[in-house]
Amino acid sequence: MTPDQAQHAIEEALAQVAPDVDIADLTPDTDLRDGLGLDSLDFLRFVEILSERSGKQIAEDDYPHLATPASAAKFLAGR
Amino acid sequence: MAEFRMPALGADMDAGTVLEWLVKPGDEVHKGDVIAVIDTEKSAIDVESFFTGTVESLVTGIGQTVPVGTVLATITESAAQRAAPQPPAPQPPGPPAELKVPERPKAAAPRKREKKIVPAEQAHPAVPISPLIRKRAHELGVDLAKVRGSGSGGAVTRADVERAAAERQREVAVKPPSPPVSRIRVSPLARRVAAELGVDLASVTGTGPGGSVREADVRRAVPAGEAAAVPEAAAVPEAAPAPEAAQQPAAAAARSGAERALSMRQAIGRLMARSKREIPHYYVGNTVDMTRSLDWLHERNRELEVSERLVPAVLLLKAAALAARKVPDLNGYWLDDQFSPADAVHLGLVISLRGGGLLTPAIHDAADLPLAELMSRMRDLVIRARAGRLRGSELTDATITVTNLGDQGVESVFGVIYPPQVALAGFGKVTERPVAVGGLIGVRPVVVTTLAADHRASDAMTGARYLTEISDLLQRPEEL
Repeated sequence: MTPDQAQHAIEEALAQVAPDVDIADLTPDTDLRDGLGLDSLDFLRFVEILSERSGKQIAEDDYPHLATPASAAKFLAGR
Repeated sequence: MAEFRMPALGADMDAGTVLEWLVKPGDEVHKGDVIAVIDTEKSAIDVESFFTGTVESLVTGIGQTVPVGTVLATITESAAQRAAPQPPAPQPPGPPAELKVPERPKAAAPRKREKKIVPAEQAHPAVPISPLIRKRAHELGVDLAKVRGSGSGGAVTRADVERAAAERQREVAVKPPSPPVSRIRVSPLARRVAAELGVDLASVTGTGPGGSVREADVRRAVPAGEAAAVPEAAAVPEAAPAPEAAQQPAAAAARSGAERALSMRQAIGRLMARSKREIPHYYVGNTVDMTRSLDWLHERNRELEVSERLVPAVLLLKAAALAARKVPDLNGYWLDDQFSPADAVHLGLVISLRGGGLLTPAIHDAADLPLAELMSRMRDLVIRARAGRLRGSELTDATITVTNLGDQGVESVFGVIYPPQVALAGFGKVTERPVAVGGLIGVRPVVVTTLAADHRASDAMTGARYLTEISDLLQRPEEL
């Protein structure tokens, strides 16, 4: 995934998991769980969508990489 | 003939609005089929039929707000269903205290099923009835279940049906008139406009094909709709008295976001105020070492696809359900001044909605579900709660409730009990803390478990046993 594709995938996943969140308000360093109020089920769904989109295996140990949009994009784009 | 009544979808519900009928007269329905969408103060709810049979008439029109217990539809039960024990008409688990009900309904524990005594002749397997006879009976409004057949082998003949219709006519003549029956066909657009304008569809004269109601008819009916502000259902003799419902507009269909938020707060407010006024709460708390549970979970998830992974909350829920079974004094209802234990564990789950408010649907028989199943039920409930697609049965029969605020970052939560339940368990966030184990300090993940319980039904000793049980269970995650 290119960084652009990764960014796009993240925004789409968030739109599905938290439809009430305005993507425009999102900064690269927004904490997805605390800042957007995603609960553990929302977060799991978020990971699921990203995994489907990117074709990348995302292990539980990788979850910390998905904490913010910036870190998630970096992770998906292959670090 | 069975009467499908407005169910009490939670102890806080006094009245509901029919948003949509998913069946029409003549349709076959089975017990458990979703047949109507009912709007409550908190959410739109899919409501299931309690009966198997044929819909005879829809009594309450779309957009009408009627008190709990009001007849919504009549269903002619099929023979097989009649022979089986019947559920009692839905009753509110307990009337809200502020309602001045002249006679307190005999509130049985919601799960208890009354066995209906079936006369021997009716219990016989039914003789097949020809479609023609069935059609004739339907036209005449005759309940075939009540017709005695005079044909060979007790078969119901056309003459039997017509005789029954004539008898029914005589009965009707001496009985007070039944409420007007609304059998209206309405276009989806008309339905939406009616909801927006607050028009009672039952009062609209349709000019479309077959008398169906079109958008133009609805718009024309606006002044008439306002004039007829008294819900038709007020005339239904069996209607439970509900003064609050009478003050509501006749057609309060689909609420706007702001209205929904307000009515949600009001509904929560009334129920919680009642809880605090009536229930002497006691509280106990405990800190549970989560090392074993989380290690086990992590190991299990490692091999699995994202969609099959479990979250720690599932272990907490399963432990809460199993502990409720072990400590039955906390699992059930306080009704008529005594505790009535439930025979199954239906775990109510507090689900906060995006945009505010909460719903507490139940996961049925949670103690018996494997973790993977419990996880998928939980995901499904959260999605449907937020989309407003919960089913009526899920909102009525929780026997104990769990609130899990771990994801919101707090360490502990002491909840307010949902009457008529007698206990509410709370879980906080799993945090790493210094813990002394075997004389040594180590850093371990811990969770604070709490219990709010009704002191009328149990003492703190019982509550302590419940939390100890949860702690023990979480040390043996492989057995959950």
